[in-house]
Amino acid sequence: MIESRHKYLFLFPALFTLIAIIIFPLVYTFRLSFSSWDVVQPTLDFIGFDNYVRVFNDMRFWESLATLGTVVLSVVSIEYIIGFALALLLWQDIERNRFFRVLFIIPMMATPVIISVVWRTMFHESLGPINDLLTMAHLPTVPWLSKPTSALIAVIIVDIWQWTSFIFILLLAGLLSLPHEPYEAAAMDGANRFQTFWHVTFPMMAPITIGILIIRIIEASKIMETVYVLTSGGPGTSTETSAYYIFIRSLREFQIGYSAAMSIVYLLLMILALMLIAKGLTRGLVSKGG
Amino acid sequence: MVKNRMTKIVVTIALAAGLSAGGVARADKWSEKYPIKEDVPGPASYEATSKKDYKGRTLTILTHAIPVMGEPTALHAKQFEKLTGAKVKVVHVPFGDLFQKAMIPFQTGQAAYDVMFYGSLWIGDFHNYLAPVPGEYIGMPQMQEVTRNYKDVATWEGRMIQFPVDGDRHYLKYRSDVINNPELRAKYKEKTGKELRVPQTWKEYAEMGRFFNNWDWDGDGEKNYGSAEVVARDNLMFSAIISRVAPYAKHPDVKGGFFFDLETMEPLVNTPGWVEGVKDFVEAQNYMPPGGNNFGLGDEIFSFGGGQTLFSYSWDDAFVQAMEPKSRIRNLVGAAPLPGAHKVWNRKTGKWDKFDTPNRAPYICWGWTSAVIKASKNKDMAFDYLAFFANPANHASDLLVGRFGVNPYRTTDFDPKFYIKEAGWAPDVAKTYCATLSGMDKSQNRVFDLRVPGVNQYMSSLAAGVSKALAKQLTPQQAMDEVAVEWKQITKRLGKDRVRKAYANVVALEDNLKR
Repeated sequence: MIESRHKYLFLFPALFTLIAIIIFPLVYTFRLSFSSWDVVQPTLDFIGFDNYVRVFNDMRFWESLATLGTVVLSVVSIEYIIGFALALLLWQDIERNRFFRVLFIIPMMATPVIISVVWRTMFHESLGPINDLLTMAHLPTVPWLSKPTSALIAVIIVDIWQWTSFIFILLLAGLLSLPHEPYEAAAMDGANRFQTFWHVTFPMMAPITIGILIIRIIEASKIMETVYVLTSGGPGTSTETSAYYIFIRSLREFQIGYSAAMSIVYLLLMILALMLIAKGLTRGLVSKGG
Repeated sequence: MVKNRMTKIVVTIALAAGLSAGGVARADKWSEKYPIKEDVPGPASYEATSKKDYKGRTLTILTHAIPVMGEPTALHAKQFEKLTGAKVKVVHVPFGDLFQKAMIPFQTGQAAYDVMFYGSLWIGDFHNYLAPVPGEYIGMPQMQEVTRNYKDVATWEGRMIQFPVDGDRHYLKYRSDVINNPELRAKYKEKTGKELRVPQTWKEYAEMGRFFNNWDWDGDGEKNYGSAEVVARDNLMFSAIISRVAPYAKHPDVKGGFFFDLETMEPLVNTPGWVEGVKDFVEAQNYMPPGGNNFGLGDEIFSFGGGQTLFSYSWDDAFVQAMEPKSRIRNLVGAAPLPGAHKVWNRKTGKWDKFDTPNRAPYICWGWTSAVIKASKNKDMAFDYLAFFANPANHASDLLVGRFGVNPYRTTDFDPKFYIKEAGWAPDVAKTYCATLSGMDKSQNRVFDLRVPGVNQYMSSLAAGVSKALAKQLTPQQAMDEVAVEWKQITKRLGKDRVRKAYANVVALEDNLKR
C-alpha cells in the first residue's frame, strides 16, 4: 500500500504538468466553445451548440481549411522529395559534407517571422531582387504577392525553404542507422543504384518516413507566421489558412467563444485526417517494406 | 584717455554680461538637460513636473513598439522618472497585439497597466474601462490648444476619456514637381485634353494616376507609378477604403449615418455610394506600382516617400518620409484635401445627387491616443505623466521627429513658420501642409471611424470583402453585399441597441450635433 502511494507521489509532478499544460487548456477551450464570450460580453455563459452551427455555416472557415490542405499537401510532399534527395547526397561521404549538413539546417533554426520578412522583401515586385534577377535573365516578372495563385506559391516556397532541412536531417539520421547487410546482399545480386534504392533503402526507411511525414504534417498545418507576414491571408482570402483565420477571429476580433468552437472542430478534423493519413501511409509504405 | 579706456571696458563687460544673461534666459536649464528647445511655463512643464514627488511609486504603461509612439512614450517616461522620482515601466507591443494586450486584463478584471497608448477607434470597446480626464487637466492651457476634431475624437458621450497626444487624418499627398511642371502640364493637356492640377475628385485622381503610370517621369532612370495606397487586407486597408468611399457616400444634406442608418441600423456598406468607392479602389490597381495591391502602410510610406509614385493618401507618415532631410524628393511634395466626387448617393431619395463643386468628406481617421485606466491606483501620477508627455515643449520637439508618429492636433501646430524655421521646409510645402490639415477642422461634412463596440469585427469584415473585390473573387457589389450581411450578423450578436447607442455618438460628430 505504502509502495503504491510512493508510486503516485513520483507520478504527481508529471501528471500535474500534463493537466496544467494540456488537459486544462483543452477542457477550458471546450467549455469556452459553448459560450458567447466576445468583445462586449466576457462571460462563460452557455449558448448550446450555436457556435458550432455557425462554424458549419462559415464558408470562410471551410475555404481556409481547403487552402491549408493545398499548402500542407504541397509543402510536405515537395519537402520530402528534396529532403530525401539531399540526405542521399550527403549520406555517403560524411566527413567532407559536414559543412553542407550544417548549412542545410540553418533555415530551420531561424525565426519564421524573420524569415518571412526577408522573403517578403525578396518577393517585393518592384524593389525585391527576385524579379530583378528574372528581368536580368530576360524572363517575365512574377506578381508574387498580388495574385492569388502566385501568392499561394510564394507561401509554399517559403515553407519549403525553411522546413526541408527538418525532413533532411531526420532522413539522414535514418539513413545512417541502416544496416549494411542488405546492401551487401543487393550488391551480390547485381542490383544497380536505382534498384538498391527502390528495393532496399526506400522500404527500410518506411517506418521513419511515416513518423517524419506525420510530424511534418502536424507542424505544417499550424502555418501562421508566414501567412501573416507575407500576405495577411490575401489577395482576397486566397492564402488564408485555418490557423490564421482562427487568429483573426480570436485575437483581432475577440470572438473568443466562436474561435474556441472553430479550434475544437479543427482539432477533431486534424485527428481524423491524421488517423487516415497514418493508416494510408502504413498500408502503402510498410507493406512495401514488409 | 584712461577714463575713455575704462568706460570702454566697463561697457564691454556689461554688454557681455547682458548677452550672457540673455543667452541663459533663452536656453533654460531644462533645455540643457533634455531634448527640447525651451521649457514652456504651465502646469505640466518641466519646472512644474520637477516639483512633483512620486518616489517609491511605479507607473506601468502599455504602448506600441519602438519607434512609432513607443519611442516618445519611453523617452518621456525616462524624463518623468528623473523629474519626479517615480519608477516607470514601459511595455512595448506590436500593433497587431495591442488590442488583445489591453482587452485581456480589462475582461479579467486586472489592473495590469495605469496608462495605455492605442488606436483611438477602440474607444467603443474600451470606454467602460477608462478614467475620465479630470477637469484640472481639461482646463490646462495646452489642452485649450487641441482642435475641435481631436477633442471630438477623445470624447465619449460628452466626456473626455482619451488624452490627446496625436492628431491623425487622411489627406492627399502629391508630387508638386510634377503637378506644377509646365512641360508635364502641357504634355498632359495634349494627350488628355485636360488640365493637370491637384486632383479635385477621385475620377481625376485616377485619370492622372493612369497617365503617370509605368514611365520615368522624374528622370532618375527608374519607372514611376500613379498611386501608392494601403491595400493589404489586414494591414489597415479598412481605413483606405473609407477615404475612397467618403465623398460618394457622405451626403452633406443627409443626416443619420455613414456606416449604418442610425434609425434602422441597416448597414449602408452595399449602397451605391460605397460600391462606387470600392470600384475606384479596384480600378486603382491599374496605376499602382508592381505589387502595389499588397502594400501595407509601411510599403505605402516608402513607395511615395521614396519618390516612386505621383500620389498617395493616408496618414502623415508618407509625407513626413518624403520631407526627411535626406529624402531626394524633399520639398518636392504637396498636401491637399482628399479628392471629392461630383455625384453623391442620397439614400433618402435613392438617387445620385450631382454636385458642381465636388463633395468633400474629410476622414478624421483614427490615430494614436492615450488614456488612464479606471482600475489604476495611480491615476494622479498617470494623468501627470500624460500631461507631461504632451506639454508644449515636448510636443514641439516630438513633432519634428518623423519616426515618433506624433502629428499636428493643436492650433499652434498649424503655423507654417514653425515647419519652415524648425524643420527647414520650403514655404510652399509648409503652407499646403498647414492649410490642408487645419482646413479639415472647418468641415461640416466629416467622417469618423465606426467607434462602436466590436469595431474590429466590422472593419475586419469590411477589409475581407473589399479584398475579395480587389482579387476579383467577387464583383464590388457582390463583395459589399456579403459585407452587409456579415455586418447585420455582427450587430445582432453584439446587440442592436448597444451598437446603436454607441453609433449615435459617431453620428452626432458627423452631423455636427451637440451632445
